Amino acid sequence: MSFLSYLINGISLGSIYAIIALGYTMVYGIARMLNFAHGDVIMVGGFVIFTFVSTLGLPPILGILVAVIACTLLGVTIERIAYKPLRGTSSLAVLITAIGVSYLLQNVALLIFGSNARQFTSVVNLPGLKLAGGQLQISSVTIVTIISCIVIMLGLTTFINKTKMGQAMLAVSEDNGAATLMGIDVNKTISVTFAIGSALAAIAGALLCSTYPSLTPYTGSMPGIKAFVAAVFGGIGSIPGALIGGVLLGVIENLSKAYISSQLSDAIVFSVLIIVLLVRPTGILGKKIMEKV
Amino acid sequence: MKKNKVLIQNSITYALVIICWILAQLLISTGHMSSLMKGLLVPLCIYVILAVSLTLTVGNLGELSLGHAGFMCVGAFSGAFFTKCMEQAIPSVPVRFLLALLVGAAVAGAFGILIGIPVLRLKGDYLAIVTLAFGEIIKNLINVMYIGKDASGFHFSIKDTMSLGMDETGVVIVKGAQGITGTPKAATFTIGIILVLITLAIVLNLINSRTGRAIMSIRDNRIAAESIGINITKYKLMAFAISAALAGIAGVLYAHNISSLAATPKSFGYNMSIMILVFVVLGGLGNIRGSMIAAVVLTMLPELLRGLNDYRMLIYAIVLIVMMIFNSSPKAIEMRAVFMEKIKKNKKTAKEAA
Repeated sequence: MSFLSYLINGISLGSIYAIIALGYTMVYGIARMLNFAHGDVIMVGGFVIFTFVSTLGLPPILGILVAVIACTLLGVTIERIAYKPLRGTSSLAVLITAIGVSYLLQNVALLIFGSNARQFTSVVNLPGLKLAGGQLQISSVTIVTIISCIVIMLGLTTFINKTKMGQAMLAVSEDNGAATLMGIDVNKTISVTFAIGSALAAIAGALLCSTYPSLTPYTGSMPGIKAFVAAVFGGIGSIPGALIGGVLLGVIENLSKAYISSQLSDAIVFSVLIIVLLVRPTGILGKKIMEKV
Repeated sequence: MKKNKVLIQNSITYALVIICWILAQLLISTGHMSSLMKGLLVPLCIYVILAVSLTLTVGNLGELSLGHAGFMCVGAFSGAFFTKCMEQAIPSVPVRFLLALLVGAAVAGAFGILIGIPVLRLKGDYLAIVTLAFGEIIKNLINVMYIGKDASGFHFSIKDTMSLGMDETGVVIVKGAQGITGTPKAATFTIGIILVLITLAIVLNLINSRTGRAIMSIRDNRIAAESIGINITKYKLMAFAISAALAGIAGVLYAHNISSLAATPKSFGYNMSIMILVFVVLGGLGNIRGSMIAAVVLTMLPELLRGLNDYRMLIYAIVLIVMMIFNSSPKAIEMRAVFMEKIKKNKKTAKEAA
């Protein structure tokens, strides 16, 4: 029974990683950049909800909505100001700028909220589920997290396959130049990608802080890195890959915490990543890169 | 002709370092240097060594490494471990420090090879994430490692000090998350500068040699390099291992500059690796002098802004973004070119008028 509960908690944690990893993977697929500031957008989302729900007393659902809007605007603004001028230059330059943005967000949050951890009130206040005569308890946050992840995955897949914008995204990620020739507004497509990624980051922030209710300006950075690992794990640029990578990562992390050592869980997660990449150099669902001479 | 040019450029780099040393000595002897700045001198040397060594991997080999702090960590711990173990055998602190530097470099270099063999098969961002993973794994493992020494030899455990099972003469050397405490503070600014010069000599000579050209040819076009008979794996591994060994030296210097050495996320986490990468990229990829200047400026900047208290890291972040955009954005480069032309024209008209 305890194994099952560790497993379910692992899937829940993995679902959060998967939602964050979507942001990484979409931005990477379309703009070919590693957006290191993505983790900090999660933190911003967390603080917005904290301000509106815990301090101002708004209903949680409204708080999440405000956070989604705020993060979307933030993501698009970051893209416009910091990343757009560097489009077409070396990916390293954009990477360093993203790191700069990450520092910026962390320090703005530090100035406003201070470095003390804030107690985050869960956005989900439903009774938990008791199965097998109370032996197996699943908290409501866990269930909501897993369901949100599934809904987001289905929604995003439909969006990409059925709408014009989604097809434009696919085209841009396939071949930037050819997409421009077909009359696709590449700038707009990239902006929309950032908007979706950041909106998902806000939702991930709400779920993450509800599961681990302590909020500091550095809350987003480690889950951000883990989600990045998850994205690479599943094959960066692939949306189902992000789901598989995220869930696997969460399960491995939680099980190794439970059965091996809580201090070594990060090392185990990273070791598994290395082994997977050595066997499949572009991740589980990654595309094979053809080499041209 | 070309050889002379290289020689002159290299001499300028060495001269810059020596001038900095003389300047710092003058400031210290005339009492114009605050204790804060004095405390920053050795870290500056450490960061410069790290920046120069990472330039070799990122700038010259062309592989993005996000795990440089991991090698520094290995160097720091093996060096400090050596110093602690040899306390009785080698009483002289400078000699022990010197040997510790060699040990740290050797162990870090060995780790570079060990990690390099599997990792260097990957490309681009995948390589970056795996180096990041290795850096985190090293930090994580050191945090749970306990090593003690008693009459019967070394004891090793990954649980706690009790499970080492030592007799009463035993001394715990590595205490898990607390790390190694009580390393002698042997690092001085002069030693730091000498190490910077040695690092520079190694890297500059390597770059301007046949080996260095082979390494750079891999960066520019791997397939072309392979087709003219360059052993890609060998040269990649060589650059990676040398870079790791030099980071190890920086680590030993770091370990002997502070009294308690612990593998915290702040000192050896990925943030540290990223910080070193920032020096390298901001200095101009492959430009050693640039990366040194970037390391010095960016290390000093938060300290110089200390008067602004809470705002200093904020300003640091903004400066970083603005500098990156100014440096690399196509529009900014164009604007700079136009601006330079204007100045040139003005000079010309001024000359003609005269």
